[in-house]
Amino acid sequence: MLSKKQARAFFLGGTLVTFLIFIGLTVYSLSEGNDQSNKENLTASVVRGKEIWESNNCMGCHTLLGEGAYYAPELTKVIDRRGEGYVKAILMSPVPWQPNGRKMVAYGMSKNEAEDVVAFFKWIGKIDLNGFDRIVSPLAKKKINN
Amino acid sequence: MKYKSQKVAYWFFAFSMLLLILQITYGFVMGFARIGMDGLHEFIPFNTARAVHTNLLVVWLLSGFMGAAYYIIPEEAQNELVSVKLAYVQLISLAAVGVTAVIGYHFNYWEGRKFLEIPRPLDYLVVVNVLLFLGIILLTLFKGKRRTTTALVLSMGLLFAALLYLPGMIPFDSQVLDSFFRWWVVHLWVEGVWELIMGGILSFLLIKLTGVDREVIEKWLYVIVGLTFLSGVLGTGHHYYYIGVNKIWLIVGGIFSALEPLAFLAMALFAVNMYRKGEKKHPNKLALYWTLGAAIVSFIGAGLLGFAHTLPQTNLYTHGTLVTAMHGHLAFWGAYGMIVLAIISYSLPNLTGRKLYDSSRGRMAFWLANIGMIGMTVAFGVAGVAQVYLERKFGLDFMKVQKEISIHFVVLILCATIFTTGVILYIVDFYKHGTPTDEALESKE
Ligand code: HEM
Ligand code: HEM
Ligand SMILES: [Fe+2]
Repeated sequence: MLSKKQARAFFLGGTLVTFLIFIGLTVYSLSEGNDQSNKENLTASVVRGKEIWESNNCMGCHTLLGEGAYYAPELTKVIDRRGEGYVKAILMSPVPWQPNGRKMVAYGMSKNEAEDVVAFFKWIGKIDLNGFDRIVSPLAKKKINN
Repeated sequence: MKYKSQKVAYWFFAFSMLLLILQITYGFVMGFARIGMDGLHEFIPFNTARAVHTNLLVVWLLSGFMGAAYYIIPEEAQNELVSVKLAYVQLISLAAVGVTAVIGYHFNYWEGRKFLEIPRPLDYLVVVNVLLFLGIILLTLFKGKRRTTTALVLSMGLLFAALLYLPGMIPFDSQVLDSFFRWWVVHLWVEGVWELIMGGILSFLLIKLTGVDREVIEKWLYVIVGLTFLSGVLGTGHHYYYIGVNKIWLIVGGIFSALEPLAFLAMALFAVNMYRKGEKKHPNKLALYWTLGAAIVSFIGAGLLGFAHTLPQTNLYTHGTLVTAMHGHLAFWGAYGMIVLAIISYSLPNLTGRKLYDSSRGRMAFWLANIGMIGMTVAFGVAGVAQVYLERKFGLDFMKVQKEISIHFVVLILCATIFTTGVILYIVDFYKHGTPTDEALESKE
């Protein structure tokens, strides 16, 4: 039968080994040759857009890259799906946007702010998502192909 | 209770119960918003309600874990807490940070990073608070007469949980990196170090409630936490499939996260077997219900329902849908909600001297809360599966699908009402125990 000492060795050994592999894989997948996060196109405008995205907790209603809340549409590829003008209009609207009855917070952004957010979405749209973008936004795919 | 300083645990538990009620209130705000009753939108828009709901969840669980540690460590280490005064300071500062954060969420003061919405400046206060907590616990343990495996695993879990909070504080310009390291906190907490905390509490409760030999219980505790890390660390990969990092994670995350249910299965088998082996003499039946319940429901919520969407082929379709919310509810409830309620049920009679061991109110609380929560899980699940098919398979527009599935949120609210009734009964029971008193001190054998 397993002794307590062996059980402890299993715990400590397993933890150490998997942790080291985990660090190794992290370094591997973030290294130059394997990077697919579109980081070469990160502009100042994209970063400002991310800042706005974060400081308003947009993720509290929407998903992006499939992460966030499930109350409002996924926004990966939203520019392909809706176009730039439509998205800007929503962000700049002084009253809650609600074409289907469900309300969005009225942010009343300036034109510059809205453009930064659009730049952020465009940047997101170019990340290589291992095929998820085709599933998560089938409507965008249809629009692009037509 | 055997040590006077254990009394401080009571106030952490009381704070925890208060936050649980608030968490549920904000859950209802979201539930109603989803069926079109969003009258509060001006003051509590959905994203505010959600941030409050999930953050209060984390804080009531943490407060429960801290209370558990303040109760368990003195008894395991056979030593009074090194400072009761500082423990109260720690509770008050925890409450202050929590209240500030929650109020801030109503005024757009937050960071939109799921589960880590607390703004960076407040993060530093959280760090100070947790350092204070760890200082008290680790010193007590260090100066104590004995160092048991149970106490070590529990403290190790708490220490690692604190360390893992740090990667979430690093700022990144890239959304991909932001998300990558956010999971070091969120995933490695719930599918890693929090399981150590749960395992430690579970082992303490089983030793007390079943009377099985400590050596046997603690041996299996090592096996369980061994399985946890063996699968859970590399299992982090199940969050890296589709966020813009290398395909290697599809294989690694797929294989290792598929093994994660083993740790929860082991926990359930462990608890049930120790109960069978035990003498069944302990009069605190309610604590036993919650203890065995936590071990079993966590296997269903985290193990089975987690497995249901963890393979890359399924996750491709379910990622970012209500299927995730289904799993999130039963997993958090079964594993962490119920283990906190278990340690509270066990320790309250000992702290207050009122032996309300087997009230029918207490049993109703257990069954209503669990039946309600399982109903909620089913409601989220049906809505989620329908969403996956309509939106992801057939390409319908998001809002069209939301209208189709809104009926399931009526069911959700009904089940949530049953759940809430159970929780309220639990809290009534809590209140009836009164406050802790030195008269409840027992001899130290
Ligand atoms: C007590 C343990 C667990 C808790 C509390 C828990 C909770 C959660 C929560 C809250 C989320 C949503 C996270 C977010 O989107 O920000 C999530 C996601 C997920 N969980 Fe768990 N979980 C647990 C265990 C497990 C286990 C053991 C598995 C696998 C067997 C698993 C598989 C998953 C998967 C695949 C996702 C991602 C869903 C998506 O792509 O949207 N979980 N979990
Ligand atoms: C009255 C009871 C409750 C109701 C009505 C409720 C409702 C909700 C709703 C509507 C959401 C948002 C889903 C979305 O983004 O669209 C949510 C999120 C969440 N709730 Fe609850 N909830 C309740 C109780 C609880 C309890 C007791 C727990 C934990 C033990 C919990 C844990 C969570 C978690 C972890 C999330 C985030 C899920 C995710 O992102 O996948 N909730 N809840
Ligand atoms: Fe995970």
